[in-house]
Amino acid sequence: MNPTETSNNLGGASVLASRIDASCRVPLLALFGGAAVWLVVGLVLSLAAIMTFHKPDMFADCPFLTYGRAQAAANDALLYGFCIPAGLGVMLWIFARLSQTELCLPLVPIVAANIWHLGVLVGTVAILIGDSTGFAWLEFPRGGSVLLFTAFLLIAISAVATFGQRRERELYPSHWFLLAALLWFPWIYSTANLLLITHHPVRGVAQMAIDCWFANNLIFVWLSLAGLGTAFYFLPKLAGRPLHSNYLALFAFWTLILFGTWCGIPQGAPLPAWMPAASAAAAVLTLVPVLAVAVIAVKTVCGSEAACNGGPLCHVKFGTAAFILSGLMLIASACPQFSRVTEFTWFGPAQTQLQMLGFFTVVMCGAIYELLPRVMGFGLPFPRFVRLQHWLFMLGIVLWAGSLGVGGVEQGMKLGNSQTAFADSTGVALIFLRAGTTGLFLILLGSLLFAANIFVMTIKWKIALLKSLLAVVKAPLKMEEVES
Amino acid sequence: MKNGFSVFMAAFIALGLSWCGFVLGPVEQLGTAKQTSVLNSSDTYPVQRSGDATLGLQVYRASGCAACHTEQVRQDGVVCEVVLINTGKNAAVVSNLVSTLKLDGLTKDEADAVSDKITTAGGKAEIRIVPVGTDIARGWGVRRSVAADFLYDYPVQAGSLRAGPDLANVGARLPDLNWQLVHLYAPAAVVKNSAMPPFRFLFELRKLGDAPLPDALQFPKEFLPPAGFEVVPTPEAKQLAAYLLSLRADAPLYEAPFTPVTTKP
Repeated sequence: MNPTETSNNLGGASVLASRIDASCRVPLLALFGGAAVWLVVGLVLSLAAIMTFHKPDMFADCPFLTYGRAQAAANDALLYGFCIPAGLGVMLWIFARLSQTELCLPLVPIVAANIWHLGVLVGTVAILIGDSTGFAWLEFPRGGSVLLFTAFLLIAISAVATFGQRRERELYPSHWFLLAALLWFPWIYSTANLLLITHHPVRGVAQMAIDCWFANNLIFVWLSLAGLGTAFYFLPKLAGRPLHSNYLALFAFWTLILFGTWCGIPQGAPLPAWMPAASAAAAVLTLVPVLAVAVIAVKTVCGSEAACNGGPLCHVKFGTAAFILSGLMLIASACPQFSRVTEFTWFGPAQTQLQMLGFFTVVMCGAIYELLPRVMGFGLPFPRFVRLQHWLFMLGIVLWAGSLGVGGVEQGMKLGNSQTAFADSTGVALIFLRAGTTGLFLILLGSLLFAANIFVMTIKWKIALLKSLLAVVKAPLKMEEVES
Repeated sequence: MKNGFSVFMAAFIALGLSWCGFVLGPVEQLGTAKQTSVLNSSDTYPVQRSGDATLGLQVYRASGCAACHTEQVRQDGVVCEVVLINTGKNAAVVSNLVSTLKLDGLTKDEADAVSDKITTAGGKAEIRIVPVGTDIARGWGVRRSVAADFLYDYPVQAGSLRAGPDLANVGARLPDLNWQLVHLYAPAAVVKNSAMPPFRFLFELRKLGDAPLPDALQFPKEFLPPAGFEVVPTPEAKQLAAYLLSLRADAPLYEAPFTPVTTKP
């Protein structure tokens, strides 16, 4: 779409919209380009890790890809490399759009995006060479963490400045969720790093408690805040209907941040009994926001006449459904009866993979497919890939998270019966893991399509930039300049 | 919520509460934990790991072993069992009495009653506390894991997935150093159908010299290295094995009591 054309046809509002979109262009490209690379890298590493369960001695002579390292690097590349920068990019755009103002300090997020992706690179390489910190979801050593923390603060400054400049003073539900996410990450990340990754870490199992608190607040709460904030913006926009109820959204927001943040302490952990008990109680109460989100999503989308067709709306709808399922899995695994079976099994990884890939990644891909053509000012190079990716992701995630989840329950049943040999429990899990590998492969294919769209767009934009630069250089000098 | 400040305060309060609960709480409650004493003994627990084992924990961390192995034994509860120590003078009467009584899987009161009966008959009995649960039935530990087991560890590698067996008590379960090293080099050599990846990069395949090195691994017959070669552990492998052998959560503690089996009746 040519901006001048729109201004003639549609008037002032679109001029503003396209100016806002243009102000986000470079920062978002910097965030999304790196994110797309990490999505592919993370999934490739994940696939490499899972190959150990097909052929145990595959990486017997290669320390860099031994299961424990490849797995941690894959998870962190997906979470820190894709999820968070993609979430931040979409957040910047939503803030600018909702504020009806251009992005403030656009240079800051450009620099920050590069620092962030450098931090992820440092951290991922560190894990692969054996420099991981050994704390789940916090494996990046200090060098990487400092870069990530700085970059997040810089992006937060730009986001808050844009928010402060808003012309539309009223807050939307998306604002609550995204603003809370901006506060959440620096707090939990600094706490975890300052108490765990220092020369004077806290003693003994207090480390475990803090790591569990951090992991839950990042994977469940942060991803939910950023993902739902995005979904609550795009669901009504794409479905062409207003968000079902602001009051219900407010209720979901409050209950999510009040209860969700207490989940995550495993039921059998060697910690004082009040901690798992408090966590279990909070998990049961987390049912409230999960159901509230379900009601909001269903009531907003139902009756909409917008065609889905595998486009961005489909992505966001599927992602929201995955959120509800992963929330229910989290709640189930905190109930003592159920956790006796699923604790220490693949059910836990199934839940985090569903949250990270099924919910967050899918919502983000949908949002990016919707906003990127507007931001760039031209359409997607491969519009058909959107639909193909939707199907690949949907099938892949059902296969991958589904087989991990079902395999986890089967494994837990065998693990809980002392008459069954331990090898039987791993054996049954192996069958499901191998089936799940197909799913992971499909997700990887989908992510390649996503990356292709992003990169071709970036290259197209760079070529256009180069051409306009050339045109400036080649342009004949004006008469005045020649004379003087 | 009408403005940014109220959203900020809402998030601040919600996260602050859980921060006080799950960060400040454990730091206050556990952060100053010290050694405890072993029940009915003057020993303290845990003992600081040896130098090699402490370094081995870092090899364990770097290799990401905790991705597949937990170090947490679960327990469903405890039962009491009564063990006859001495039949006394009326051996026949006491033996007869004992054969009619239920001696294991008792509550504390039942065990006291049984013990009283045996004492009245002239025998001598001991009440033992026995933890029960599937992990314990599998032989993975003698009691549940407690906070004290991790006192000196940094980072704590408690794990959350059992793609492989629990290791909380592996030093007591499998105390043979050669077995541990062979298992790291080629898991399938000692555990049939093992799904564990071999850690060959922690070992060196060396040409055999005049005599085998004292460190060289002793393999079972079917898994011998190629003729003229021997497998020697690197320092990292030795440290890792030392760490594994140092994993012994087998001291009875106030918070996880049990009666160690010292004398078989």
